[in-house]
Amino acid sequence: MTSHLPALIVLTPLVAALVVPVLAILARVLVRPVAVLSLAASLAASLASLQRVLAEGPWSYHFGGWAPPWGIEYVIDPLSGGMAVLVSFFALLAAFYAPAYLGVLAQLREGALGSLFLLLVAGLLGVVVTGDVFNLFVFLEISSLAVYALVAAGGNRATVAAFRYMLIGTVGASFYLLGIGYLYAATGTLNMADLAARLPAALETRVAAVGLALIAAGLGVKVALFPLHGWLPDAYSTAPAPVVAFAAAVQTKVAAYAFFRIFYFVVGPGGPVEPLLRLVGLAAAAGIVAGSLLALAQRDFWRMLAYSSVAQLGYVVLGLSLGTRLGLYGALLHILNHALMKGCLFMVAGAVRWRTGRQDIAALTGMARKMPLSMGALFVAAVSMIGLPPTGGFFSKWYLVLGSLEAGAWGYVVVIIVSSLLSAAYFFRVIEQVYLRRAPAPESEAGRKPEEEAGREPEAKAGREQEAGREQEAGREQEPEAATAARRRPWELPWPMLVPILLLGAGVVVAGLSSGFIIREVIQFAVPVEPF
Amino acid sequence: MSSLSEFIIQSLAGGLRPLLAVGVSLAAAGGILLLGRRPNLRDALLLAAAAVKFALVASMVPDVLAGRVVETAPLLLTPTLALHLRADALGLAFAALSSALWVVTAVYSITYMRTLEYGHQTGYHAAFAVCLGATMGIAFAGNLLTFFVFYELLTVATYPLVVHRRTPEAVAAGRKYLVYTLGAGQVLLVAVLWTQHLAPGGGFTAGGFLGGAAGAVAGAPGDPAAGAAASLPALRVLFTLFVVGLGAKAAIMPLHGWLPTAMIAPTPVSALLHAVAVVKAGVFGILRVTGYVFGPEAVAGIDPGQVLAWVASLTMILASLRALAEDNLKRRLAYSTVGQLSYVVLGAALGAPAAFAGAVFHITAHALMKITLFFCAGAIYAATHKENVSEFDGLGRSMPVTVGAFGLGALGITGMPFIAGFVSKWTLGTGAAAAGRPGFIVPLLLSGVLSLGYLLPVVYRAYFGRAAGDGPDGDGRPEEGGLREAPAGLVVPLVLTALAAVALGLLPDLGLNLYELAATAARSVFGGGFGLAGGGP
Amino acid sequence: MAPDGLIGHLNYWAIALLFLLGLYGMTVLNNLVKKLMSMNIMQVSIIMFYLNLAQKAGGTFPVLLPGELHPEAAAYVNPLPHALMLTAIVVSLATTGVALALLMRIYRRYGTLEENDILRRMAGR
Repeated sequence: MTSHLPALIVLTPLVAALVVPVLAILARVLVRPVAVLSLAASLAASLASLQRVLAEGPWSYHFGGWAPPWGIEYVIDPLSGGMAVLVSFFALLAAFYAPAYLGVLAQLREGALGSLFLLLVAGLLGVVVTGDVFNLFVFLEISSLAVYALVAAGGNRATVAAFRYMLIGTVGASFYLLGIGYLYAATGTLNMADLAARLPAALETRVAAVGLALIAAGLGVKVALFPLHGWLPDAYSTAPAPVVAFAAAVQTKVAAYAFFRIFYFVVGPGGPVEPLLRLVGLAAAAGIVAGSLLALAQRDFWRMLAYSSVAQLGYVVLGLSLGTRLGLYGALLHILNHALMKGCLFMVAGAVRWRTGRQDIAALTGMARKMPLSMGALFVAAVSMIGLPPTGGFFSKWYLVLGSLEAGAWGYVVVIIVSSLLSAAYFFRVIEQVYLRRAPAPESEAGRKPEEEAGREPEAKAGREQEAGREQEAGREQEPEAATAARRRPWELPWPMLVPILLLGAGVVVAGLSSGFIIREVIQFAVPVEPF
Repeated sequence: MSSLSEFIIQSLAGGLRPLLAVGVSLAAAGGILLLGRRPNLRDALLLAAAAVKFALVASMVPDVLAGRVVETAPLLLTPTLALHLRADALGLAFAALSSALWVVTAVYSITYMRTLEYGHQTGYHAAFAVCLGATMGIAFAGNLLTFFVFYELLTVATYPLVVHRRTPEAVAAGRKYLVYTLGAGQVLLVAVLWTQHLAPGGGFTAGGFLGGAAGAVAGAPGDPAAGAAASLPALRVLFTLFVVGLGAKAAIMPLHGWLPTAMIAPTPVSALLHAVAVVKAGVFGILRVTGYVFGPEAVAGIDPGQVLAWVASLTMILASLRALAEDNLKRRLAYSTVGQLSYVVLGAALGAPAAFAGAVFHITAHALMKITLFFCAGAIYAATHKENVSEFDGLGRSMPVTVGAFGLGALGITGMPFIAGFVSKWTLGTGAAAAGRPGFIVPLLLSGVLSLGYLLPVVYRAYFGRAAGDGPDGDGRPEEGGLREAPAGLVVPLVLTALAAVALGLLPDLGLNLYELAATAARSVFGGGFGLAGGGP
Repeated sequence: MAPDGLIGHLNYWAIALLFLLGLYGMTVLNNLVKKLMSMNIMQVSIIMFYLNLAQKAGGTFPVLLPGELHPEAAAYVNPLPHALMLTAIVVSLATTGVALALLMRIYRRYGTLEENDILRRMAGR
């Protein structure tokens, strides 16, 4: 059994995806346990594989017993093992969160949605563990197709967004497929290890150059690399929260992983790679600035988060393009950190949408009283997005800037710092809204009255009476609402939603504090020994 | 079991104390949040945490004076990352001061918030505790990463205190505060990372660890391992980045704009944070960078070091002039803080042992005097709701103790002998002379005279101004109804700090040996001995 | 070996033209179904590309007959791209299926498949 662990990582969710629709007809009660169990099994398999790999070195699994250049090979090394753990962990969290969030929709379409989600997870895990560039394409498309359908579950606008996403995503996949066709023409192989052995001889040819450029462009679409990010804001602001939280956390990261895998493990330095990476780095830097500026301009909380994702993915790609050891540390660390904080933020955004039906920033007014724990998680995640210590975001920034300094790229240092300040601007705007604006009275909440009461307080000559008065007043306002709320719904949130949020919020800090440990134990072994 | 207890005892005796000192406050913050529903228990916890922390810090003083460095084993060690806490003389001087003042401020703060019936007290006390934890972390940081982590934590934790009133003015002040401090924080981050890049893994070392820097300046071959890549222009830029990054919190002009605005916060916040923790963290950082990252030789050798001395001198005078024009007492005190803290910056920039020691001791002296002044301002506000100097007529008769303490603090700020401020300024002045730049004594004196100009009128008005009992003060309360002091929880702390300022003026080494700590820090940085009055080496 | 240049690589130029045609249609056309068809054209062009890679002049089917090695083994057409493209066809089929399902929902909600009209209706809501 243990010798088949790499296959189990992918196969358990894949098989569950096939079983779940049948179960939805035959035995509805079993759907959720089967889905959750399969994801948990996948997580366990990933963890066990990662542990073994860290102890014994890379692990090559030959599918169906065919030796690598001919058969399909799964490769678990510290990089893919770590990514597999990340993906399956977030899948499990999203699976907890989703049923409570979706409510009626989940009950009606439990089979379809569950199956699609499991397919998405299986596809992403497949991308991560495969050792074959064509196999990677297939898994990439499995995950993409599933996500198009899941985005469409968000309603009418989401369907349009999903269609556009699908068009752009397919173009990206086609570019990638064309690119590996060029590499195949140049080398006659599609196995990553085999390519790595044969490609250096062909690297100086134009065929390889075009092929790599096509691959970079194709994966660039999937990573939402500026200016290929157009699909992301629409898709992320309309889709159901669990889908967005999961996709924002890991799906784009898996594409970044594919980029890293191909450019650093398959191709390696030389030929067209360095100019190509420099170009990609410039695009990423432009994306960081543009994404932050666009995020600043949004009134919709979800779109703000989506544009901030564009910027943050720029951090990851920037680190990958630097070609220095510390830059790669930063990129990989940021894959983890951004997954934690953006997953958390989208789950909180989903919780607010679930409670109020709104997704603009103004809907967050006064939420600190109604949802103190979630808002605490939001605060921590926002601080991490800005990159303030001791949260995870700070430490990835630390390595990214050090990596830029190592590469002598002062421009990137400036870009990262400016982007931090911009994200401080838009996240503190949210924090002000959450903590400092007074919550509108319950009846005005129903009537969607703009909440500017806090801005119209008379001059605070006797500040203390006002303060005290406001306290009491707020307390009185709270009571009737709390009483009705208690009857209608649980405190703050149903626990399956609250627990993932709090877990991720805590994870942001834990990941920050243990970043040294993570680098020493995993990431250190996940980057090539001599990058460039 | 016995081995466990032994371990605990050893840890307490040894290196864990800096960590505990930081941890006590952070744990207290968590406890305070949990006890939000039970205010008495919550406030008791706050006081207990403050006392424990003070005891922890005070217990380290003998060790450090004996030449030992109390340090926690570096955490999370990788080639480029280590969180490291260690208590050396400079850090301990700062930590001892702020932990001692936290005890006093805790009492004051609890009384003040209750008397004025402020809202959100739980969050307030929790944020306050986090601030103090961060301050300890800054004081005990053993390398730039640790310093930066706590420095930014302080930034974030102070924000809720600045916006505490939730009024539009407070929110605007909070924004301004964030713009200055977060912006400067990012500049500091670049400086920190650049240093890390030049000298990977370098921790604070007395005399500086950018070793090649001193070499490059003196033309001698420096340590080839460290700072080999650092050219002189690069060091200039790096030093400037550090000064800008730290200068915003230190409120060096022109980066001081947030401080007067932030006076919107409740008075204990202004007192402890803007007199002790936040602004002091900035100047403390400048001392750390000049003494322990660059080293005095390098600072003396590069132009920005010289520019810094001039900027500091100008700040002293301009801020004092600006203070003259302020009617609001707290804002006047804020400008005074801007001016007074430039003494410390000047001491760091002059590059003489006595100047450095004077600068370190001025952190203590100024803290005691300024916290007294702020406490008085708060007590006056609590008792009468007056915050403008022009309304203070006759207060001396109704609040004699408070106004008396204010007078002592004001005299201390001006540099009156037998009060702590005199000791630090005298030492600083001898340092300037020893550095061969006696010209810098002039701004010291001038700023002292100016502070006389903006502080004494407050006392004068209070004692001799005509009471405005029948003035436009429409609430009809008799102004001359005998004694109307603020509650004891406000008056006792301010009397204590005023007396402490006087005591340290008479016997600078009383209690916590703060003067000796300052001198030890200077000796370790400059690698030589010096006498109090004798001046330089 | 075929000669180089425009004429020698005529089949590849045709494929490139097909690919660009698809891309052009996807960006320019207003009707969502036409966009989808353009996408299919683009996908087909890639399939053609792979098949052309495998082809050789005078090639024969790669079937190993019983007995010794086929005398024309060197002339076998490369079977691997064909196998890959079977998979790619399945992927493109699935994509088209998902796309059509999305289009049906869009049509049911907005009553049109012209992108401009949909955008106008979305904004008007």
